[in-house]
Amino acid sequence: MLTNYIKIAWKVLLRHPFYTFITLFGISLTLTVLMVLTSFLDHLFGTHYPETRRDRSLYIQFLTQTDSSRTFQNKGPMSFKFLTDYAKSLKTAERVTILTFLNSSNAYVGSQKIKLSTKYTDADFWRVMEFEFLEGKPYNEQNIANSDHVAVITDDLERQYFGSETEPVVGKDIEIENIHYRVIGVVRGSPVTRIYSYADVYFPYTAPKSNYQNGGMRGGYVAVVLAKDRSDFPQIQEEFQSKIDRIPLPTVENGFKFSVLEVKSEPYLEGFVGTILDGNKGLKTIFFGIIAFIMLMLMGLPAINLVNVNVSRIMERASEIGIRKAFGAPVKTLLWQFIVENIFITFIGGAIALLFTLIIIHFINTSGWIAYADLTINLTVFAVSILVCLVFGLLSGVVPAFRMSKLNIAEALKS
Amino acid sequence: MITLQNIEKVYRTSSIETLALNNINLNIRKGEFVSIMGPSGCGKSTLLNIMGLLDEPSKGTVELDGERIGQYRDKELARIRNRKIGFIFQSFHLINDLTVLDNVEIPLLYRSANGKPRQSYAKDALEKVGLSNRVKHFPKQLSGGQKQRVAIARAIVGNPEIILADEPTGNLDSGMGNEIMNILQTLNNDGTTIVMVTHDEAMAKRTHRLVRLFDGTQVL
Ligand SMILES: Nc1ncnc2c1ncn2[C@@H]1O[C@H](COP(=O)(O)OP(=O)(O)O)[C@@H](O)[C@H]1O
Ligand SMILES: [Mg+2]
Repeated sequence: MLTNYIKIAWKVLLRHPFYTFITLFGISLTLTVLMVLTSFLDHLFGTHYPETRRDRSLYIQFLTQTDSSRTFQNKGPMSFKFLTDYAKSLKTAERVTILTFLNSSNAYVGSQKIKLSTKYTDADFWRVMEFEFLEGKPYNEQNIANSDHVAVITDDLERQYFGSETEPVVGKDIEIENIHYRVIGVVRGSPVTRIYSYADVYFPYTAPKSNYQNGGMRGGYVAVVLAKDRSDFPQIQEEFQSKIDRIPLPTVENGFKFSVLEVKSEPYLEGFVGTILDGNKGLKTIFFGIIAFIMLMLMGLPAINLVNVNVSRIMERASEIGIRKAFGAPVKTLLWQFIVENIFITFIGGAIALLFTLIIIHFINTSGWIAYADLTINLTVFAVSILVCLVFGLLSGVVPAFRMSKLNIAEALKS
Repeated sequence: MITLQNIEKVYRTSSIETLALNNINLNIRKGEFVSIMGPSGCGKSTLLNIMGLLDEPSKGTVELDGERIGQYRDKELARIRNRKIGFIFQSFHLINDLTVLDNVEIPLLYRSANGKPRQSYAKDALEKVGLSNRVKHFPKQLSGGQKQRVAIARAIVGNPEIILADEPTGNLDSGMGNEIMNILQTLNNDGTTIVMVTHDEAMAKRTHRLVRLFDGTQVL
């Protein structure tokens, strides 16, 4: 029976190429937008190379100091010393790495300038992040203790700086900002959208110009705290908070006195949203509300369109329904027919959307628009989108079909 | 075969009430060929629709093969329409974007028959009406007489005991009309009960019995 339904559905779709086109266009457009968007969000916030443990990492990115009158605020990354004292020492964490966000430097190949993003890290950085080493190895505690002038570079920089791709570059000299470093390893680069792992060159924090010895609380460093398991988050956050609470107040930074001190250790997404919204709880709710609303509109408008198309299509088919009923089609069968038709078209739309999404994602990944972009289709998202479309397809098919099936046959035949 | 008792049909619209049928009592016996005549708007189609379970009477009872239809639900009504009744309409009512063969197959779709015999039944029916060379055509490519023959094939494909024809020759010239009438007569000779609405006295004369309606009332 089902194959029969599908056969009829297929015929119906072919019979009404215009409606089929409109409907398919609506469905596939919606699903494509939805999938590309979620794929992009997943790229931004999901757990991907080389931050393959992001789902069990907490991020300490800002220290906020506020004076007693709450008129002056000092906010930014922290000093290496501060993070060593309060983050590195966390007992509940599996591992903690301290690193800088991006610094920019220049290197020269002949007379051609290469703009570089550089990052200073500790040795644990290479244990918290899971970089793929194409050549060589990361620097270790020994290199750091020796203040070795060593660097890990990306394959992109290797190509730009050394030209040849075949010859090994480990042990070769690279000059950045007039300082010579020995290349110790080459990694596959991280996308620029992952600021904790992205850089062109990685230095041990004891390399020149890292400013790791600066006193005070503020500086250029952030920390990533790796938990053994997500469920340890509350414990770790509590331990960290209690350490922060024990810091004597007021603190003094650059001659200013601050009576309030705030540092958070948060999962990636929360930290990101918190940065945008400055930690305002109400704003956060609104932010997620707006996202949900946009998502709903993205799916809702085409769904309404789908209902409209279906209603007019079914009205057009009133006499057909009358005929089928006159020759013995039960209402239930006709309802199923419409439902199958809608599900069928939804699946075709989904398949088209999947294709479009793959093309768009491939385009984004290869266009160089985002270096090392690695967008993928999240299958859960795909399944959910299909499900949503199915529900809409069902509703939009059932509602008008139900109206028609209730229609008096003699009446339907007159139209 | 078909027994109508005290049938009354009232159409209600927001402004007017039309009494389309008034106290109709009618008994169609098995194997009969009955024609219904009367001026336009006198309720002929309404009567035929009620006999064929396409419409419900406002009052009265319909009995088919001894079964009282009154309380039947959609599923049972559909089964009876599918098994026992074949319709032929004045304006053919073919589905325009289905082929001749697909149109004829429609009644069989709602039975648990498989694809292959379904097609061969449909071809047999088309052969009976002399259209076996048009199976892949679409209704638009056929003349009026051919369309009505397709409609007859559709009506007989499921071997119903009753055929209800509402002015089957109304849209056709007399030559075509005669051909259609010949087919119906052959079917009747083979045992099918037929009730036909017509405006044509000559056609009516070829049937066993004539029922005349005037303004919703049976006058003959
Ligand atoms: N759906 C309807 N709503 C209101 N009035 C109707 C409807 N169908 C038929 N009628 C009226 O009922 C009467 C009988 O109609 P009908 O059975 O079609 O007549 P006939 O087939 O004899 O020409 C007519 O007056 C017609 O206007
Ligand atoms: Mg009529």
